[in-house]
Amino acid sequence: MARVKFLCDTDRCIECNACSTSCKNEHEVPWGMVRRRVVTINDGHPGEKSIAISCMHCTDAPCVAVCPVSTLYQTDIGVVLHDKDTCIGCGYCFYACPFGAPQFPRATLFGSRGVMDKCTYCAGGPEENGSQAEFEKYGRNRIAEGKLPICAEVCSTRALLAGDGEVIGEIYRERVLARGFGSGAWGWKTAYYPEEA
Amino acid sequence: MLKRKSTRTTRSRGAAAHAATEARPAGLSRRGFLQSSGVAGLGLAAMSGAPRTAKAQVTAREAADLPEFKKTVCQFCSVGCSIWAEVENGVWVGQEPAFESPINQGTHCAKGAAMREISMGERRLKYPMKRVAGEWTRITWDQAISEISEKLVDIREEYGPDSAYWLGSAKFSNEQAYLFRKFAAFWGTNNVDHQARICHSTTVAGVANSFGYGAMTNTFNDIRNAKSMIIIGGNPAEAHPVSMLHVLAARENGCKMVVVDPRFSRTAAHSDEYVRIRPGSDIGFLWGLVREIFANGWEDKEYLEQRVWSIDSVREEVEKWTPEEVEHVCGIPAEQTRRVARTLAENRPGTLVWCMGLTQHTIGSSNTRAASILQLVLGNIGKVGGGANIFRGHDNVQGATDLGVAVDSLPAYYGLSEGAWNHWCRVWDVDYASMRDRFASQELMEAAGMPLSRYMDAITEETEDLDQPNPVKAMMFWGHAANSIARGPDQMKALDSVDLLCVIDPHPTQVAIMTNKQDNVYLLPAATTAECDGSVTNSNRSVQWRDKVFEPLFEAKTDYEITYRFAEALGFADEMFKHIEVAEKNPQAESILREINRGTWTIGYTSQSPEKLKAHMKNQELFDGKTLMGKPGTEFEGQYFCLPWPAWGTPEQNHPGSPILYNTDLSVAEGGLPFRARWGVEHEGSNLLAEDSFSKDSEIEDGYPEITLGMIQALGWEGELTAKERLMIAMVGADLFTWDLFEISEEDAQGRIDNLTLDSLRDRAGTDQNDVDGSWQGGQGGRAKESDQTLSAELQDYPEIARRAIQAYLSSQEDSDEGAILPIQEKIRRVNWKTDLSGGLQRVAIKHGLAPYGNGKARAVVWNFPDPVPLHREPLYTPRRDLLPKYATYDDRRLWRLPVRYASIQEQDFSSDFPMILTSGRLVEYEGGGDETRSNKWLAEFQQEMFAEVNPADAGTAGIADGDMIWVETPEARVRVAAMVTPRVGPGTIFMPFHFAGFFQGEDLTDRYPQGTVPVVAGEAVNTAWTYGYDVVTQMQETKATLCRIATA
Repeated sequence: MARVKFLCDTDRCIECNACSTSCKNEHEVPWGMVRRRVVTINDGHPGEKSIAISCMHCTDAPCVAVCPVSTLYQTDIGVVLHDKDTCIGCGYCFYACPFGAPQFPRATLFGSRGVMDKCTYCAGGPEENGSQAEFEKYGRNRIAEGKLPICAEVCSTRALLAGDGEVIGEIYRERVLARGFGSGAWGWKTAYYPEEA
Repeated sequence: MLKRKSTRTTRSRGAAAHAATEARPAGLSRRGFLQSSGVAGLGLAAMSGAPRTAKAQVTAREAADLPEFKKTVCQFCSVGCSIWAEVENGVWVGQEPAFESPINQGTHCAKGAAMREISMGERRLKYPMKRVAGEWTRITWDQAISEISEKLVDIREEYGPDSAYWLGSAKFSNEQAYLFRKFAAFWGTNNVDHQARICHSTTVAGVANSFGYGAMTNTFNDIRNAKSMIIIGGNPAEAHPVSMLHVLAARENGCKMVVVDPRFSRTAAHSDEYVRIRPGSDIGFLWGLVREIFANGWEDKEYLEQRVWSIDSVREEVEKWTPEEVEHVCGIPAEQTRRVARTLAENRPGTLVWCMGLTQHTIGSSNTRAASILQLVLGNIGKVGGGANIFRGHDNVQGATDLGVAVDSLPAYYGLSEGAWNHWCRVWDVDYASMRDRFASQELMEAAGMPLSRYMDAITEETEDLDQPNPVKAMMFWGHAANSIARGPDQMKALDSVDLLCVIDPHPTQVAIMTNKQDNVYLLPAATTAECDGSVTNSNRSVQWRDKVFEPLFEAKTDYEITYRFAEALGFADEMFKHIEVAEKNPQAESILREINRGTWTIGYTSQSPEKLKAHMKNQELFDGKTLMGKPGTEFEGQYFCLPWPAWGTPEQNHPGSPILYNTDLSVAEGGLPFRARWGVEHEGSNLLAEDSFSKDSEIEDGYPEITLGMIQALGWEGELTAKERLMIAMVGADLFTWDLFEISEEDAQGRIDNLTLDSLRDRAGTDQNDVDGSWQGGQGGRAKESDQTLSAELQDYPEIARRAIQAYLSSQEDSDEGAILPIQEKIRRVNWKTDLSGGLQRVAIKHGLAPYGNGKARAVVWNFPDPVPLHREPLYTPRRDLLPKYATYDDRRLWRLPVRYASIQEQDFSSDFPMILTSGRLVEYEGGGDETRSNKWLAEFQQEMFAEVNPADAGTAGIADGDMIWVETPEARVRVAAMVTPRVGPGTIFMPFHFAGFFQGEDLTDRYPQGTVPVVAGEAVNTAWTYGYDVVTQMQETKATLCRIATA
C-alpha cells in the first residue's frame, strides 16, 4: 500500500508561491485561509532557505490523536483528512500540529474559531468523491481524479514533490547524489552532526 | 481510524476531466503525462491501490457535459508557460498543468498558477465609462467610440495627427501589436509605443547593433547546457520563476552560477557566488572582467579574429579597469572580480542573463553592449549553452517589439525610411502617396516619434521645444500602466492638461485616479488575454498560439474589435482591413497573422503560419525539453518548437526556426546562422565581414554581404528562382507590385513574365529615364555590372565566389543617393532579402547554405552610438561626486523630438541632502503596473503592502523599526511606505518594488476608482518618486539608480 508524502527540496525552492496560489485557485480557498505557504528562513542573509509548508500528513499524526471528537482521520494512503460536519473548532489540532497546518476561518465571541480547514492533499473529504458538497467544504478531489496535489504538479522548480513516499524519496536521493549538494533531510545535520554542516 | 478508502472514484468532474484528458494529444494517457513530465517520479502511478478512473465510467449523459480543454499561454512574464484551461458552459472552472509544454513542463509561478482568477474576479472595468463633471458615468460602446473619435478628429484638425499619442501594450498578441502599429500609420503618426521602451529598449538597441538582432540569443531550455552562468541585474526567481526550472537544472549539473545585484535576491540565494554591486556601475565590473580575461590570455582568440570587429578598441578602454578601479567604483572586492573572471573563463560555454538591472539606466545601451562584448570575448555567443540570454518582461513584449509598436519602426524593424513605408504599403495594398498624405509631412512620417517614457514631456513641453507641430493633446493608454513610468508629479500635471484622456484596459489603472481632469476622460473595458486568441512570442522567440478560453466578460471587447471600431469611426477601416477577415467587427487573428507572414522578412516571422503554430501547440509533447527540437520519427522532427524566429521564407519552405542565434555549427536550413552583415562590407577601410568563419554547408566559405537579386545573379543562381518569385521580385523592384501577385499561380506568373518587357515596365513605372538595354526578361539572364570599386586588400584574400558576391553587393550600393533615378534593371537587382515579397531570394540563398542577411562580424565598436566603445558614466543623481568629472554623464541634448537633460542635472550636488541610493525591482506575485495582479485575490493575499527594504544599519541610524511607516524622499518627490528592515540590501541602499498604485505621495486616491474596480491591494508607486534620467540612445528611463533619504512618517 502506497503511503503518500510531501517533500520540499529547499535547494530548489525559490519562494515563488505557485504552490500557495495554485491551492487557492484549485480549491477556491477564501481570503485569510492559507493551506500552504512558503516560509523563508534567514531571509536576506547568506544561507537563506525557503520551504513550502502545509499539512505534512504525518504518520501517527498528532492532530488525529488529540482531536476530542475524532473528526480527523487518516486514509489508506496516509492522507490526513477531517470531517467539517463534526469539527467543533476547539483548536486542539492547531496546538498539536508542528507545522501550523490547521486554519480557522473566523474569531468570534467566546473564542469560537469556526470549523477547521487545512490541506487535504487534494483528496477532498468524507463527502462523495467529486460531489459539490465535497468541493464546497474541502475543495477539489484530485486524488480521486487520478491526479496529484496541484501544488506539487505546478511547482516552478520541481522543489515540491508529492506522491508515494518511497518513490519521491528515491527521486530526491538520486537528485542529491547527482548534484552533490543538499542534505538528505534539511536540518538533519543541524540536529545530529553540526560539525559536518 | 480509517473512515474511507480513497479507491472510490469520482462521479462528475473527475471522470469528465479524465475523459477529456484522453482527448488530449494522441497516445498520451494521463499516466503518460506524468511520466513524460518532470514529476513522473511523483509516482502516483507507482502507488499500489492508486485510484484510477476508468473511461468506461463516463456515461453517455456525462459525456455530453464534458468540459472543454483549451490551451492558453500565461499572460504574465515572457517565459511563455502553457496552461490547460478547463471550460464548462463557457465558464473557466479549472486549471491543469500542461506537462507536455517543452518550456514550462507543467510548472508555474504564483501568477500563472492563479491566472484563472481573472475569469472570476469582479474588480474589472465592466462597461465603458466617462467622467462627467468629475463623476464616473456609464456609457455605451457606440457613444464612447463616436465621442472619442470625434474628439480625435477635432484634435487632428487643429493640431495635426502627431498630437494624438497611441500608447500600446506588451500584453497585445502579435496580431494586435501589428494591427495597432498599422492603425497608428493610418492615423498618421509615429507617436506609438509600448512597454519595451521602458523595459528592454536598450537591450534591443545595444544587442542589435552588436550581433544583428536585438533578442535573447538562446532558449530557456538551452540554459541547461551551460557550464557557467552570470546573472547581472536580473532576479529570475521573482521575475521569471519558471526559467529557474532550467537555471537550477544547469546548476545541479555543475554549472557555476554567479549573481551580480545590489540586493541579495532570491536568485542570489541559489548562486555559487554573489557579487554585490553599486547600482549603475555595471560597465566598470564588466570591463573589469574583460580586462582580467585579456590579462590572462583567456579570450577566445580565434573567435575574436574571425567573428568580431574592432575588439582592440575595447582592449584599450578596459585597460583602465583594473580590479582595484572596479573596487573603487563599483564596491566589489578586487579579489572577487578576479575570481569571477576565472570562473567564467574556466567554465565554458557560459551564459549571461540580464534584465532591467542592466537596461534601465542612462547608459543602458552601453551596459547591454558591454555585457555582449564580455560574451564575445569568451567566445560564448552562438554556442549551445552560451549566449546573451536576455529575459524579456511581459508575455508578448518580444512580439510587440518585433511587430513595431514603437516610435522608431514599422513592423519587423524595417525602420521608417521611404523604402520601409513602400514595403509595408505593398503588403497592405495601400498607395504610398495616400499613406504619406495621412501624415503631417513626409518628414514627420520618417521621423521617430516621442518615446513613451517622455509622454508627459510630449504633453507639457512648449511647442517651440518640440520637433513636431504641437504638443500631444490626446493620450490613449491602451494596455499600459502609468505607475511603471517614472516622475509621478510630472505625469499628474500632464494628465491634467491633455484635452482627451482614454484608458483601454481590463482595469482603470492608475491613470484613471491620477488625473484631476473632470471631463473628457474615458475608460473602455478591454478583454484580457484569456478572452482572445492569437499568437505570442516568448523571450526565446518561440511563437506560441493561444486559444481563447472564454468570451469577454461584462461588456469588455477584444482589442481586435476595439481597433476595428475605432478604424471604422475614423473612416479607414476598409483600407486598413482590405485583406484581413473581419467577422462581426472582429478581425480574425489567423487572417492577421497571414498578413504578418507576408511582410516580416527581416526577422523571419514569415514561416509561422497559424496552421503550423496550432499544430505545434497541439503536439507539444513531441518536442524535446532541452533542444526544443521535434522528436525523431514524428512529423515535427527537424522543426523547433513554435518556430523561434527567424524562421526564414514562406510557410511552404518549412524552415525549422532558429533556437540559437548565430550558431555556425548548423546550416542555415537547420536553424544555424552567422552574425548579421548589417552594416555593409567595410567601415573606414576595415573589413566588417566574417573571416574564415561560416555556418555549416555554406557554399561561400567566408564572409559575405546580405543577399540581393544582383548577388544571386552574380553567383549564377538566378535560374533557380521560380517564375512567380521572379515576377514578384521584378514588380517590387519596378515599384509595380500589386497585391494579387501574392496569390498568383506559377503558370500565370510564367505567362506574365513571358509577356513582360523592359519597355512595358518602363512605360508603366513612368519614372525611368535612362536608356538601357531593352532585352531584359523578367530578371533572368542579367548580370550585375562589375563594380568600379576595387576591393580592399583584406577582401582580396576572400575566395572567388565571395568576391563576386561582395562586388555585386557593392555595385548595388553605388549611386544610392536619395532621388537618384536608376535604370529599372538596376532597381530590380537591388531587391533584397528584406524587400522580396516572394521569399525566393531567401529560399535560394538558404539552398546554397547562405544566411539571407549575410555573414558579418559582431561589432565591438558601434560607431553610430554616442559612446562607440561603452563607457562608464555615473547616474545623473550619483552619490559618488568624487568620480566626477572622470565618469561624467553626457551634455544636455535634443533627441526624439524633445530636449533631454543630462549634465545640467548631474552638475547639481543632491548627495548631501539625499545620501542614500534608491533602486527598484519586481515581486513574484505581481507584474508590471500590477492592476491585474493586485486585483487578483489569490495573488494579493500574499503581498499586501508596499514596502521599502532598509538595511539594519540605516534603520538603526534613522530610528526605524521593521514595519514602521517611512517617507522615502527623492529630490523630486516622496512616497510613504512600510519599512522592511533586512540585510538583503547593503548599507546606504533602499530598494522598493514597483507594481503598486492607489496612493500618491501619502494621499489615498483609491476613492477615485470607479465603483467596484478598486484593486484588492493598493499602495504607493515607487515611480511616483522616481527621478529624471533617460538612456542616450533609446530614452529608456533610469529606474535603477537614484538618490533618496528616509525618515519616519
